[in-house]
Amino acid sequence: MKINSPLEAYKYLPGTNCAICGEQTCMAFASHLIDRSKKLSECTPMLEDKFRKKLDQLQGLLAPEIRQVEIGVGEKVVKIGGDDVLYRHKLTFFNQTALAYDVWDTMDEKDLVERVNKIQGFKKFYVGNFLTVDMVAVRSTSNDPKKFASAVKKVVETTDMPLVLCSFNPEVLKAGLEVAKDRNPLLYAANKDNWQQVAALALEYDVPVTLFAPNDLDLLKSLAKTFAEMGTEKLVLDPGTFPSGKQLKETFSNFIKIRRAGIDGDREIAFPLMAVPLTAWMVHDDPVSASYWETVVASVFTIKYGDIMILHSIEPYAMLPELHIRDTIYTDPRKPVSVDPGMYKIGAPTKDSPVFVTTNFALTYYTVESDISSNKIDCFLWAIDTDGIGVEAAVAGGQLTAAKIKKGIEESGFNMKDDTSHNTIILPGLAARLQGDVEDETGSKILIGPADSGRIPGWLEKNWPPKK
Amino acid sequence: MTQKMKLTQLTEMLQELNIESLEGVTIEGDIELNITGGGGLNPALAYALGSEISQISLHMANIGRMLGFPAEQLFASAFGMNGIPGPQAPSLGTTPRMQELLASKFEVAKMSNWNNPIQEVTLGATSADGGSRKSTVTIGGENALPYYFDAAMPHRNYVTMDVFDMPIGMAKAVKSNYDDVINDPAEWAKKVVRDFNADMVTIHLISTDPLIKDTSARDAAKVVEDVLQAVDVPIVIGGSGNPEKDPEVLEKAAEVAAGERVLLASASLNLDYERIARAAVEHGHVVLSWTQLEINAQKELNRKLMKQCKVPRDSIVMDPTTAALGYGLDYAYTNMERIRLAGLMGDDELTFPMSSGTTNAWGARESWMVASPLKQDSDWGPREYRGPIWEIVTGLALSLAGNDMFMMMHPTSVQVLKEITQTLYGSIEAEELDISNWIGAEV
Repeated sequence: MKINSPLEAYKYLPGTNCAICGEQTCMAFASHLIDRSKKLSECTPMLEDKFRKKLDQLQGLLAPEIRQVEIGVGEKVVKIGGDDVLYRHKLTFFNQTALAYDVWDTMDEKDLVERVNKIQGFKKFYVGNFLTVDMVAVRSTSNDPKKFASAVKKVVETTDMPLVLCSFNPEVLKAGLEVAKDRNPLLYAANKDNWQQVAALALEYDVPVTLFAPNDLDLLKSLAKTFAEMGTEKLVLDPGTFPSGKQLKETFSNFIKIRRAGIDGDREIAFPLMAVPLTAWMVHDDPVSASYWETVVASVFTIKYGDIMILHSIEPYAMLPELHIRDTIYTDPRKPVSVDPGMYKIGAPTKDSPVFVTTNFALTYYTVESDISSNKIDCFLWAIDTDGIGVEAAVAGGQLTAAKIKKGIEESGFNMKDDTSHNTIILPGLAARLQGDVEDETGSKILIGPADSGRIPGWLEKNWPPKK
Repeated sequence: MTQKMKLTQLTEMLQELNIESLEGVTIEGDIELNITGGGGLNPALAYALGSEISQISLHMANIGRMLGFPAEQLFASAFGMNGIPGPQAPSLGTTPRMQELLASKFEVAKMSNWNNPIQEVTLGATSADGGSRKSTVTIGGENALPYYFDAAMPHRNYVTMDVFDMPIGMAKAVKSNYDDVINDPAEWAKKVVRDFNADMVTIHLISTDPLIKDTSARDAAKVVEDVLQAVDVPIVIGGSGNPEKDPEVLEKAAEVAAGERVLLASASLNLDYERIARAAVEHGHVVLSWTQLEINAQKELNRKLMKQCKVPRDSIVMDPTTAALGYGLDYAYTNMERIRLAGLMGDDELTFPMSSGTTNAWGARESWMVASPLKQDSDWGPREYRGPIWEIVTGLALSLAGNDMFMMMHPTSVQVLKEITQTLYGSIEAEELDISNWIGAEV
């Protein structure tokens, strides 16, 4: 983005405070444009002819430094790139790293379908949503156009996830494109030898294309400049992912250099970046070591500017951390850290239902909440105001104390004696040391729950209702 | 001045030369070229025209050669080239839109506002400096974000492995490594150095907590002496986390470890940090300044340690708190990154090396539970593999945010974290790999 203050955007807006966008004033709307929480298209008056010039100008000023590229079609479409900052706290990172897992065209058909189904079926519940992976990368290991076409066809029939078509042979890529042309797949890749033919394919089929120049940033920039000149900016840059030693350090530098140059305004190189942690498998024979190292490399380039990556291991111990580190980095740091303190009803609690205490740290609260509600447990859940700090740290740091718990209960207007039949509070296992104090402060009976809320169902079976 | 030439004129010229056709060149319609001194043309169009004209000129040169003129020499001298690349044969029946890659040079500037180095801190003291450690560990000294090309990182990352003064609850994958030493902190310390390549050892005096065993400060200090005897690497001494008891425990520990330049863990705003700081200054130790994910609290505590307690700058390490992957690592990561950037850009209250309680990763259910408690989840796979990678990724993320030293528990995690951080640091050699055809690799 070329501007950084609401005033600079305001100059281009109608200034009528018409509120069609949902904001009371054009100035308020301008500040949302600057923090990218609203889109210019929400200002419909700007679409009028008389504003056309200003609309174009403002659009240019607001465009993200790193171009955004779309892969796939329909609901599963993946957007990558679109970033404006080098550090997430400066704004937030947009369009989380797309994770593509590979299949190859020398696979047995049955294995291929099974693998694709594993990839598209993988899910992990987290803070109210499922974490899932995004794409399938089809590699041509046969270098045979027919085989590749048939593998791509099978993948297209099995999933509507976006695809990466991988071969350095333009004939092979073309065969794949013929089968998947309606899916807007990403081509991988144009290199110094095949770029003319791959460019022709990208232009003819109007699909995004990856440019591959291992550890050669001059060549990579030349390719990007040339492709842009030929008429496509739907580009993804792969500076090569070397999996070990000094070469990996060099790869790390390359990612940082390219992204810094892009954010600093070098338009010729301001495209999304691809990492290929799969190369870890070229230096590790043992599958566990290879999966580990692939996950490590994937983590490095999720944090440092990889916008899309191709991976091989579909072991849960690789996919789970990959999904979580991506969520970690792409979570909007501007979203609140905490939930409102107070008493929350989960399900339809009655006087006999258990009363749990937790903190108002959003992650803690939502974890406990999902563990309870997904197991269909009716209960009261107290979010105590710990300044948004989790249980263990809040006990250590003095933000979760008996006095705080008493205050929290009182302020919610809940009365343990009248509103429950058992006058019993269940503390988190990690707050066990507060048991005596809380008993003294509140006069209620105190039970110590499990250290992890995932164990609440089992714990309740043994401990609830409380013995008299 | 504008020169005008119609392509039809070229054709006419060629006809005059009795050449019937030019292979590979078709001139359709009648394009008029207006070549002005500068500007005006859209770059893409200009390029296309340039390409077209250059192609034609090549063919013209060929005609010249047929007529006996050494055209290639003319080109070579005109463009400073030794040869003229011939047009590449297009395949797939498509005419290439461009014959050559546009030349380009990649350039990027180094950061201009990172000009405040991070403080160097040395842990451990050899006999030359009044201690009995065989070697010392120095962290900090950075002039850039970790592993960045802007400035070489002066010291690698270090790992200190946890040892407890009593058996504690641990994930099964962790515990199985320590079953034989769990009742003997000195043997435990030896094991992590000898077998697991720990750079340092942290002795956690958790039994001193009045709610656990209420071990006296004097008895706890004996454990510290045992550990100092057992290993010759620098050590970290941790309390139980009880704010009333810790100052007394750490004072006594600092006293018996006098001269060893240990790291006292930790001073925080919710206990009598002054006692801990004073013990460190008096006995030549380093203080761990611990705050909870709050950059301003970190500044405040560091300021108090420096101004109020007179702790020298080379005797402070920060622990801004580590939250596990999936459990607030986003806050921990960004908090550390902000602290490090502020330090590099001149905030002298934040220019200290950092330490992470990476062991916290084992609090994440993903690292230790047999299976997901939620039925909707996909299979989580074997926890033996899930746990160590959780600790690795938690630590790795923070290493990229600027963390210098890691407190860890699982031997595999330690090994892999060291491998990746030292690779990025640049001290790991590996055979060069050619990835130019990775797509075809059999993996």
